[in-house]
Amino acid sequence: MASKRKAVERPQTPPAHAFPHKHLLGIEGLSPQEIQILLDLADSYVEQNRAENKKTDLLRGRTLINLFFENSTRTRTSFELAGKRLGGDTINMAVSTSSIKKGETLIDTAMTLNAMHPDILCVRHPHSGAVQLLSEKVNCSVVNGGDGTHEHPTQALLDAQTIRRRYGKIEGLTVAISGDVLHSRVARSNMYLLTTMGAKVRLVAPPTLLPKDVERYGVHVFNNLEDGISGCDIVMMLRLQTERMQGMYVPSIREYFRFYGLTKEKLNAANPDALVMHPGPMNRGVEIDSELADDIDRSLIREQVEMGVAVRMAVFEVLTRNKMNKIQ
Amino acid sequence: MSLGPTLYFNVRLLDPATGLDTMGALLTQDGIVVDYGAELEKNSLPSKAKMIDCTGLCLSPGFIDIRVHLREPGEEYKETIETAGQAAATGGVTAMVCLPNTKPPIDDVSVVEFIARRAREAKLVKVYTYGTVTRATEGEQLTEMGLLSEAGAVAFTDGTRAISNAMVMSRALSYASGFGLIIVQHPEEPFLAKDGVMNESEISTRLGLPGIPNAAEAIMLERDVRLVEMTGGRYHAAHISTADGIAIIRAAKSRGLNITCDTAPHYFSLNENAIGDYRSFAKLSPPLRSEDDRLAVVSALADGTIDIIASDHSPQDQESKRLPFIQAECGAIGLETLLPLTLELVHNGELSLLKALEKITSKPASLFNLPGGKLQRGAPADIVLFDPDKPWVLREEKFSSKSKNSPYDGRPVQGIVHETIVDGRSVFKFSP
Repeated sequence: MASKRKAVERPQTPPAHAFPHKHLLGIEGLSPQEIQILLDLADSYVEQNRAENKKTDLLRGRTLINLFFENSTRTRTSFELAGKRLGGDTINMAVSTSSIKKGETLIDTAMTLNAMHPDILCVRHPHSGAVQLLSEKVNCSVVNGGDGTHEHPTQALLDAQTIRRRYGKIEGLTVAISGDVLHSRVARSNMYLLTTMGAKVRLVAPPTLLPKDVERYGVHVFNNLEDGISGCDIVMMLRLQTERMQGMYVPSIREYFRFYGLTKEKLNAANPDALVMHPGPMNRGVEIDSELADDIDRSLIREQVEMGVAVRMAVFEVLTRNKMNKIQ
Repeated sequence: MSLGPTLYFNVRLLDPATGLDTMGALLTQDGIVVDYGAELEKNSLPSKAKMIDCTGLCLSPGFIDIRVHLREPGEEYKETIETAGQAAATGGVTAMVCLPNTKPPIDDVSVVEFIARRAREAKLVKVYTYGTVTRATEGEQLTEMGLLSEAGAVAFTDGTRAISNAMVMSRALSYASGFGLIIVQHPEEPFLAKDGVMNESEISTRLGLPGIPNAAEAIMLERDVRLVEMTGGRYHAAHISTADGIAIIRAAKSRGLNITCDTAPHYFSLNENAIGDYRSFAKLSPPLRSEDDRLAVVSALADGTIDIIASDHSPQDQESKRLPFIQAECGAIGLETLLPLTLELVHNGELSLLKALEKITSKPASLFNLPGGKLQRGAPADIVLFDPDKPWVLREEKFSSKSKNSPYDGRPVQGIVHETIVDGRSVFKFSP
């Protein structure tokens, strides 16, 4: 019967010592085993999310607050859904950036929220390091929903989940990350995660969009898109913000698309069955050709969004379980 | 004009790229160098070869001038692609690189294409172009260097304007390095040079003219050397004029940095005394410097610190020059005096003939990735025949350039171009 939920083989929630972290502030520093735990758990949630009854009560009675100091639709919604599907009480707080004047205000906000006894705070902030600062001031767990140009760990996890489900593994794959690496927290988190899990990572960008000494993080750097994606299994495109295409980093949209925009033709340089990813939101005609973005055979972009909810559920599970264990 | 086989014989073949210096002959056909060498005359030749006796003449690769102000589009009353082409042909220059400070500037693919089309129509010498580094040479936003380079721009410079913002320069070097492109700087600190019209010295004091200190060049070069070190970019400093500047380049090169430079003949053949009593034809940018600086330029050419000699051909009409010194425009024409002034270094015993020719043939070609600059079988016949010793006097009225602003009027020189050949076509022939 369709209404009957298929029994899913759920992995046991790992014991606290298997994931001994109060917060998820970044991928840097996570071990391959810890990443594996999160991805395995997320796999089970993919099934749950596809079922008719999507809700469990793992987080019943828990309060989750989405605290976003930067505009976001998909990440915030994804966190919210993840919390709700686990039976938690989720609220959204959008704080306009203009009202934040000093670091003090951030801490004030943290203290105020802390007094309401949330269990998990999911925080996005335009400044690198702000989420960590906040995590030092509250008693609950903090999940980094993206801080400045530093890290966006749940994005890297959902990307890894997407890759693993397609290829059955991450180890040994060659992944090119192309675009504005300099300003990308997605690139940094992915670089840490993929190298930790044994993938070969390449960065492709004009030199003006590459951070200093990035090759020391075990990645290979290319300035030419075709060279960079040749022999790759996955091409991950990054978003380039329009204000960075007007002469300071890149001369123009036209030039960027000509040399760094991914098209079907250029993708021929990669492996024959290479797949394309993008963290969204896409600039069609800037970093990726519209036709390619919509190509169901090559593009994993919609799958990435689906995985987002599942990995965030997994993150909530390990963080709350840890807390429970600690209290008991 | 026949493009059938032509043999230039009884000629002194000079090829700086290989060090060849021998009596021999060179055969061209259909615009291509078929063969050359000391033994060539004895070999069997096409029966209908046109024979040209070149007794007393040298034959070398055509000269390549990497610094020419074409003035077209925008200032056709000063020079056009056609008149500059005639001046180039007269001077033995078979390829020139046009600076991008035209009006409009070469910051867009369409201007590169316009100049290429006009050069094809003029059908004189080969014309290449720079693209600007920043839009409208305003020093702020980078141009589409990748697309400009695909369209044919050979390197990037803001012409007579220094890229003064260090962040912009750093990004330019960095961005260009992704495509392997060269950034050419006008090395002059613009705030120090802002009001100056000549070298800052006791002479500027006597003339009561605001000066530009040597430090203007040194400061910009010092800064740029650090930016090159930081970005790994490819940098070329244009028209080096001071001993301090040379020392900075020399030190940077010895540290293995990817830096090259050129100078213009003015900076080794004249000094600030040429200004005399406010001669605006001697108003140049950078300004003519002291005798010590001139001597430093000469020895830097001899020891290889300065890689290239470029004419910095800057045509100015009378209205731009017949003004009080402060108001007059900068620049001097130079295409037609490139060879005799370069040969002064040879006649003065400073450089060997091959070393001097290298700086106007093989060096500019190899450093700017331009075709030509060497004798090569199967390559386009871009060659020049010249008499290296012939004494003559430079005369303003004899110049083919549309503008006549040369500080060398009346100067006795040695060495004259006899014939300039581009793709096997004779584009200039000396007639006494």
